[in-house]
Amino acid sequence: MSKIKKYWKGLAELNNDPLVDHLSQNEFVEDIPVDKFLSDEDLSSSDTSRRDFLKFLGFSTAAATLASCEAPINKVIPYVVKPDEIVPGVANYYASTIYDGHDYASVLVKTREGRPIKLRANNTCTNARVQASVLSLYDTNRLKNPLIGLKESRWDDIDLEIIKKLKDISLKGGNIAILSSTIISPTIERLIEEFSEYYGNVRFIQMDSISSHGTLEANLETFGIRSLPTYHFDKAEVIVSFGADFIGNWGHPNYEKDYTKTRIPENGKMSRHYQIETNLTLTGSNADYRIQIKPSEQIYLLHNLYNSLHGEDPDPRIKKIVKDLNQSKFSIVVCDSNNKEVQILVNAINNKLKNYNSTIDISRPCYLNKGNDNDVQDLINDMNDGRIDALITYNVNPSYTLENPDIFNDGLKKVSLRISTSSSIDETYMNKELNKMDYLCPDHHNLESWGDANPVHSEYSLMQPTINPLFNTRQFQDSLIKWMEKDISYYDYLKSYHSTNWEQKLHDGFFSLDVEPLQVSVFPNYPRKSQLDLEKLKNSKLNGIEFEISQKISMGDGTQANNPWLQELPDPLSRACWDNYLTISSKTASENGISNWNVSNGALNGSVVNLTLGNRTIKNVPVMIQPGQTYNTVSMAVGYGRTHAGKCGNVGINAFPFSNGGVVKIEVINDKFHEFAAIQLQHTMMGRDLVKESKLSDFIKDPTSGNHKHEYYTHEGFQPSHKVTLWDNHDHKTGHFWNQSIDLNLCTGCAACVISCHAENNVPVVGREEMRNSRDMHWLRIDRYFSSDMSKDVAKEKKVGIIDMYSEMEDPSENPEVVFQPVMCMHCNHAPCENVCPVAATTHGSEGQNHMAYNRCVGTRYCANNCPYKVRRFNWFQYSDNEKFDFNMNDDYGKMVLNPDVVVRSRGVIEKCSMCIQTIQEIKLKAKNSGRKVLDEDIQTACSDACSTNAIVFGDSNDESHQIHNLKKNPRKYDLLEHLNVQPSVFYQTKIRNQD
Amino acid sequence: MQTESEIRDPLIIGKKTYHDISKEISYPVEGKANKYWWILFGLSFILFLWGILCMAYTIGTGIGAWGLNKTINWAWDITNFVWWIGIGHAGTLISAVLLLFRQKWRMSINRSAEAMTIFGVAQAALFPLIHMGRPWLAFFVFPIPNNYGSLWVNFNSPLLWDVFAISTYFSVSVVFWYIGLIPDFAMLRDRFNEKTAPLKKQLYTFLSWGWSGKAKHWQRFEEVSLVLAGLCTPLVFSVHSIVSMDFATSIIPGWHTTIFPPYFVLGALFSGFAMVETLLIIVRKVVSLESYITIKHIEYMNIIILLTGSLVGTAYITELFMAWYSGVEYEQYAFLNRATGPYWWSYAIMMGCNVITPQLYWFSSIRKSLVATFILSIFVNIGMWFERFVIIVTSLHRDYLPSSWAMFSPSYIDIGIYLGTIGFFFVLFLLYARTFPVIAQAELKSILKSSGSEFKNSKHE
Repeated sequence: MSKIKKYWKGLAELNNDPLVDHLSQNEFVEDIPVDKFLSDEDLSSSDTSRRDFLKFLGFSTAAATLASCEAPINKVIPYVVKPDEIVPGVANYYASTIYDGHDYASVLVKTREGRPIKLRANNTCTNARVQASVLSLYDTNRLKNPLIGLKESRWDDIDLEIIKKLKDISLKGGNIAILSSTIISPTIERLIEEFSEYYGNVRFIQMDSISSHGTLEANLETFGIRSLPTYHFDKAEVIVSFGADFIGNWGHPNYEKDYTKTRIPENGKMSRHYQIETNLTLTGSNADYRIQIKPSEQIYLLHNLYNSLHGEDPDPRIKKIVKDLNQSKFSIVVCDSNNKEVQILVNAINNKLKNYNSTIDISRPCYLNKGNDNDVQDLINDMNDGRIDALITYNVNPSYTLENPDIFNDGLKKVSLRISTSSSIDETYMNKELNKMDYLCPDHHNLESWGDANPVHSEYSLMQPTINPLFNTRQFQDSLIKWMEKDISYYDYLKSYHSTNWEQKLHDGFFSLDVEPLQVSVFPNYPRKSQLDLEKLKNSKLNGIEFEISQKISMGDGTQANNPWLQELPDPLSRACWDNYLTISSKTASENGISNWNVSNGALNGSVVNLTLGNRTIKNVPVMIQPGQTYNTVSMAVGYGRTHAGKCGNVGINAFPFSNGGVVKIEVINDKFHEFAAIQLQHTMMGRDLVKESKLSDFIKDPTSGNHKHEYYTHEGFQPSHKVTLWDNHDHKTGHFWNQSIDLNLCTGCAACVISCHAENNVPVVGREEMRNSRDMHWLRIDRYFSSDMSKDVAKEKKVGIIDMYSEMEDPSENPEVVFQPVMCMHCNHAPCENVCPVAATTHGSEGQNHMAYNRCVGTRYCANNCPYKVRRFNWFQYSDNEKFDFNMNDDYGKMVLNPDVVVRSRGVIEKCSMCIQTIQEIKLKAKNSGRKVLDEDIQTACSDACSTNAIVFGDSNDESHQIHNLKKNPRKYDLLEHLNVQPSVFYQTKIRNQD
Repeated sequence: MQTESEIRDPLIIGKKTYHDISKEISYPVEGKANKYWWILFGLSFILFLWGILCMAYTIGTGIGAWGLNKTINWAWDITNFVWWIGIGHAGTLISAVLLLFRQKWRMSINRSAEAMTIFGVAQAALFPLIHMGRPWLAFFVFPIPNNYGSLWVNFNSPLLWDVFAISTYFSVSVVFWYIGLIPDFAMLRDRFNEKTAPLKKQLYTFLSWGWSGKAKHWQRFEEVSLVLAGLCTPLVFSVHSIVSMDFATSIIPGWHTTIFPPYFVLGALFSGFAMVETLLIIVRKVVSLESYITIKHIEYMNIIILLTGSLVGTAYITELFMAWYSGVEYEQYAFLNRATGPYWWSYAIMMGCNVITPQLYWFSSIRKSLVATFILSIFVNIGMWFERFVIIVTSLHRDYLPSSWAMFSPSYIDIGIYLGTIGFFFVLFLLYARTFPVIAQAELKSILKSSGSEFKNSKHE
């Protein structure tokens, strides 16, 4: 039995003195003289005990701490009743159509939680503008409500007033005019017919901002059809284009794809492409041979060509063309001229070459351009004469796009009822003469609308809404129906029009109807010019500097000028953005005292001139020296200089008033200069083999021509660079190995991939100043290099010293060969960025990608320095929710376009191409869930998806059935900067030119 | 008692007793500051405040406040960082290496040189911190144990090596410096009267850590000094070698060079000695220490500058040779571009200041001229700043892909931060000059009877 020992402090405790008991209840046996050291007499008399004091202290500290670190509250509103088709986190796709009067595309719309966030090509190619149009949906410049004058109003009120006025006009026999862009929708055409029946005296006029009137009239005369033919570039062996930018902005969007089908050297043959043009276009930069002419020489050369095909002596410049045309069976000759006579001549040439019904299909015409300049002119005259009582505009902006808008504006003053259906207050609505039109009935965006399109004979596509209208807008078709006082919705109207197989059609987005081709029999018999006349034509070349308008791939006709993605898309050729400018050759520039120069941070500045054409002068035009521009010519892109485009669209100078061209006078303003936002400051390759190229004839003899691998001497003899390495290789034999191939022969530089990447990866827009500071955030860029007159061979031949050689190499040729090279993160398997990051924020993935952990990044930028491809982008500022970067990421509507699968990066971190890892993960999970392997065609990166020419191919190179597997072994395959042996997962295929 | 050859120039000039040394060295601490001190201090303080503002602005808005761009991601920030680190090097060399080699002349200058090291490294350490995009997460670069799985630093990264190299260097330098200061603080403690200057008395009592001058104290003092000198010596070479690896281990032409470690160390010593001269020529005048920091001291330092400068020049030429000899076009272009490209002027300044300037020291008249030395030391400081600028900016601005070539121009913030660190450095140095014994008097006293001019003269008589 154990006994607990007890110790006692004194006898009193042993004796259980009650005092001891009492004292042991106290915390301190003796009183603590708190008063003394706090020198507060009242403290001990206070009711607050020490414990309470501590409680108060603790509570107040905790409360203060909690209050100070309250997180911002972002409300998440759950679906109370979840719509059937929406699973949060899973994208829905809808087939639809984009048509804004200028660009047409059949698209798949990716929506997430009811928001369209990305467009993909469906039945046609998509260009950069179509890719970007999803952002235009969320443009805050769009009208929120219909307007009477400038007052916001309600649809009911507006309709009442308009119907009353229209009826009054109709009763008194007045004229109503509908001025629209080219209408490719059969239902709109029918609605307008019904509208004319309802009101009588309705005139329907179509106009194009870039007119094809001359061609249409020429075809009317030669074939009896006022339409453009459909060209089959994929069948052509020889393509001769007189200024027609069919890869960029001319004709049907599929021409680019068709063209590149003939540009595959592995087929053993390629089409030969001649471009005869004034300013360097995207098409010209892809040509095998490019001939520089002045615009006024075009007609002479065409006549000369026509005569030469009949056996006369050709002009030395086109000798080769004549030879090739005579030898080939399939050819195409196209011309961008808006002159009827010229186009008849082109028809005659094509007819002589027997191209009709082989490469050119006139019996299945393309309906994308129908504008009639004569009708427009008549309308303007009638308006000025007061013969038009009501004008309804749809999809057009004549006060901006007309060559002489003043006459139109004057005429508009005399129209009593003026209705615009523009989606925002544009230049025509806020008319200079008028102050404003009467009613603005804002149209939906394409992605909110129903509709149909008939771009090519017998081919149709449907447009369906993918989101509830964001604003109180109404689509034009519904407005027409309302004003006809019918009680039917346009949706029902459309559905009844395309009633057969409606659901399937809507699901696919496009369909063909079995319609007979048009009957065309009359072929032109065009008289040849006599030698004497030809000589006269040759000498009629204009003296002085000639002007010709051009179009940028980013801006087109300026419809989407308020789209910051497009504004910030560097022009593929000049690599400048947020601007248009006069392009000039360096020789013409130096003769006229015009120069471009770089300031201390590298940014480009240029001279400013006053440009006079006839009696019209445009002041303060910036000038950019553009290699490839013909001597003594200048060009300027349209689509800029808008005054009502919105917060980021009012930049540049309007070139439409000069659209007819002619001889211009240039007057340099000496005390002014312009600051460009150009992001490529060096235009040549400096003798480096970055873009490897060869000629078709050499390629046929030796598929590795132009791509001979360097070998390096080692102790084991000569070895290729990838065998000489210090590092252990990653194991990429098992699992996936994601690779991307970029065929430089198929890449046309169209930049659709760049915009697609922006949309997919939430790439921020940084604005003009930051672009000027070389701080673009583009994950994917398209490098453009011009050839130079100086090369290593020339230097050796002429015994030029190395210093002079390199300094001369910096200057591009006057008529350079052009190459485009899309560059994104190469996902090196021996990545220089990975081993320099102190915090391991960028690491290597097991499937060949180079990962970037944004929340681990502290922003030392060492990786960006050490990246030989310079593809890493640093967030210099906070680009979202920042007033200083007032673009789409700074407003609630613009943010709706963000891809919820990709994080928006904060300031201070590096970002870069992730190979669209979110897509890879999504498809992998989908495959896993359905218990199958990841299929070939499943995974597309944003860039490969948008690439209509198939230049960018993405896939798993461990998958032997995938084309990337073969592309990796292709003799044309090479790694950029191979000697560094960083073993990129992205590789290139050499460019092959079809030259002799 | 050590003896010294008679023909050696004296290191202490004039008729000095031990008491004189104590008096003269504690004079700046005991006396009132003169007008010049206040003017200098005021200016430095304004610069310092301006620098703080610029740093705050950078941290508040983003690195975009600087002139950097997508191609040139480092420019003035890392240039300043390497420059300041380099300046620090002379201090350690003087106090550690020269101690091991028993160079007596270091005694008059090692205190200030080491102060300069510490203040210089403090400036340098600012830049890696503020150049980060998210400096508030700077602790990510330390291997702090955490429960996030494999979240760890990357030991392959030279930037991480920098973190260790600099923190080691800084802490060892501070310890070494402080150990040397203890007997001198004790001297100051003993000179202050508790009645008239109670605060100072308390302060120096605290700082001198109970030093009583016992033989045992001296013995331990000597031992610790020797051990720390041994520790410091490898640091002189390691720190700047590691800094140079930020560049040498990268793949950018102009950076990827195996010659960098020795080249950077020599450059650092070169610039460090120049900065010591710049400072001491002013200090000896302002606080009247001409007797202790003599022309002979200056001449010795000039000889080191001549040696290191010539070696640096050799390194420059070796680099050029290797670029040519390598046959690598990118490498060749990088060096050609340095000399003839848009930044040729910075290359010319670097070559002029760092290769030609030191060669003037072959002339004894220049070597012994205070004015010439002062001017040339400034030249070297400028030249060495440009050396780092040339290495960093001209290599980056035109690297592999011509499409990404760009140019750099500093913003006002860049300039403000640089001037701010100069201000900060001088604020620290000026405060130091008024509160610390600027010469290691305890050590100096040990050579008074061997190297003092009076002693030497008396032996002649």
